[in-house]
Amino acid sequence: MIKVENLTKYYGDLCAVDQVNFEIKKGEILGLLGPNGAGKTTIYRILTGYLAPTSGTIKVKDYNIIDNLIEIKGLIGYLPENAPIYHDMLVFDYLNYVADIRGVAADKKLSQIKDLADLCSLNEVMHKSVDELSKGYRQRVGIAHALMGDPEILVLDEPTSGLDPNQIVETREIIKRIGKEKTIVFSTHILSEAAATCDRMVIINRGKIAADDTLDNLKKSLDEDSVEKIFRKLTQGN
Amino acid sequence: MEKVKHIFKKEFKAYFISPIAYIVISIFLLIIGWLFFSTFFLNRQASMTRFFSMLPITFAFIIPAVTMRLFSEEINLGTYEILLTWPVTFRDIILGKFLASLAFVGVMLAPTLLYAVSITFLGPLDWGPVIGGYLGALLLGATYCAIGLLASTITRNQVIAFILGMAVCFSLTLLTERILYFLPDILVGFFQHLSASYHFEQIAKGVVDTRDILYFVSVAFVALYGANLIMQEKK
Repeated sequence: MIKVENLTKYYGDLCAVDQVNFEIKKGEILGLLGPNGAGKTTIYRILTGYLAPTSGTIKVKDYNIIDNLIEIKGLIGYLPENAPIYHDMLVFDYLNYVADIRGVAADKKLSQIKDLADLCSLNEVMHKSVDELSKGYRQRVGIAHALMGDPEILVLDEPTSGLDPNQIVETREIIKRIGKEKTIVFSTHILSEAAATCDRMVIINRGKIAADDTLDNLKKSLDEDSVEKIFRKLTQGN
Repeated sequence: MEKVKHIFKKEFKAYFISPIAYIVISIFLLIIGWLFFSTFFLNRQASMTRFFSMLPITFAFIIPAVTMRLFSEEINLGTYEILLTWPVTFRDIILGKFLASLAFVGVMLAPTLLYAVSITFLGPLDWGPVIGGYLGALLLGATYCAIGLLASTITRNQVIAFILGMAVCFSLTLLTERILYFLPDILVGFFQHLSASYHFEQIAKGVVDTRDILYFVSVAFVALYGANLIMQEKK
């Protein structure tokens, strides 16, 4: 479904992503893990078309991000870190706008907004302005926004950061539920959550891939019994 | 074009959700009304010439205030990132935002039509220059909107975007004979053709010449294209 090939991104002299290769299969939930500054967000930003790679490419289905960016953008729903949202809009207006932009047909728009409001438990806040929302609600509006238009791929950059334990469980439930039919890439610093949710992990450190396997295989090959220890072993010494 | 329409609608509404629209429109009407009517009755003429002669300078600092938020606010809030990851092109975004600001200028200008109507009660108004004047005002507004939009793509700081836009619009407004008197005549002619107020005056006389229209269209195009390049550069 998604194929990252020799992806490299420089910010000036700083190499944020260095010759990264990995693949994501259809229907898979992939955890992209790594310490802060490892290059996760940069990879997301290139995949979603916000940034252009210095070299290398990403292929999504038969498209690649150099030539078919608009088609790829249409396939991907993206929740950036901290879920930026237009702060002066009502939640309903915002979702309605996103539906328009993503080309949801006019007769399906209302039912889709309603479904997403149910899925993300947004019904009480639909007519509130975004800047009145708590962090948890904002994050859920962000997830609803990413799901709008029923994209095949979801890219979620730390969807549970800043949430309370209840909200983390709820968000994880949402990801699990939608993960049944969609391809998902997400990142998190809560490793137990990654272990519980994702099918496969890609651990990156300083812009390079440190590991790419299922948790069970990683445990075997590195001879460690917990995901925390694996993470420490692969990314320590920064 | 469908995408442009949605972005246009959202941006246009955004003006009226925040207080900025009401403040900007009030200030504009206050200033232009005072500049116009303070001498109107002394002239004893049923004409809007003075209104249109004051328009370029008023637009030069009002319009950058209208356009300053277009991109700066998005870059600052981080919504620029989601905007760019939606299936829309840079062209859709720029056109949608540009047309929204231009429509806003139209709304701002609309109440001044009452000036024209009320003047007809005082004496015979020559409608040719009035219609030309409003056409010119929209062209001038479009050009300044494009310049303000360009300034807004450069920075995340709305104040800087405003000052940059205003500086460019003022320069285009003030490039007139009065400022250029120290230059040799040949150069005055040359610089005059770069001046927005010179071309605006031509149209406001009621003479609609393609050269003047072409001037506004090309300056606006260059500014919008520049905005596209800057967005490309940011990637």
